Amino acid sequence: MQSKDSRLRVRRIDQVTQVEFIDRNILDEGNIQAIAEEIGRLIDADKQPRLLISFQNVDHLSSAALGALITIDRKVRERGGQLRLSDIDPQIQEVFVITRLTKIFQIHETADDALKSFKAS
Amino acid sequence: MTKQQPKSDSATLDVENDRAQVDSAIDQVGAALERHGYDKASRFAVKLALQEGLANALNHGHKDLPPHTPVRLEYTVTPDQVVISIQDKGPGFDPGGVPDPTLDENLERPCGRGIMLIRAYMSDVKFDRSGTRLEMRYERPATKA
Repeated sequence: MQSKDSRLRVRRIDQVTQVEFIDRNILDEGNIQAIAEEIGRLIDADKQPRLLISFQNVDHLSSAALGALITIDRKVRERGGQLRLSDIDPQIQEVFVITRLTKIFQIHETADDALKSFKAS
Repeated sequence: MTKQQPKSDSATLDVENDRAQVDSAIDQVGAALERHGYDKASRFAVKLALQEGLANALNHGHKDLPPHTPVRLEYTVTPDQVVISIQDKGPGFDPGGVPDPTLDENLERPCGRGIMLIRAYMSDVKFDRSGTRLEMRYERPATKA
């Protein structure tokens, strides 16, 4: 269950948990930790989690947020699940390219594309 | 009457490890870039480098200092370049000792990307010998013909 202080919008579509950020800037280490813990609870709630994180509303992302995504990805894989990212602003996409994190994450242009990729796999 | 563009915007700020203070400092620098007509990509680059520089100084440099110990941020924005320095009061570190986060073996490490991103987005980046002062410069990109 989402707490009233949640910084996330969470929806369940088919068997996929879709997460969107309420904040435009994902920068503060304290907030990032809280977000990671909340997503961690969503992952723990599924036997084989299928998680889609949409960056639709996000303008800025810090390296601490990238670190949290790596931890989330590891947690999903440990449970035999799948993680997809979508709707990433071109400037933020460049951050993923520069850091070579495009090698770790499956990034899709839209949430619909990402949802289809779950079905195909 | 054409609006006169200021020749430069400079300020010195003491910034504590408090999200409101960090955001305010980043917004202040971002607003100076906007006044000098820097485009969205330039503002994104400088704000990202500033966020990472402040986070590095406050979260790592000041890790063992009293919580309200501020770092000193100085910036000058001119039509051609942005010069930023961040001085912390911590013990310093060896920037050359941070492993390259883009190597295959380090890709899954959750930390260590801040300095690499600063170097990627800024034109020049220097640390002083003790590793407590970061100086970085962003050169305005040439306008496309």
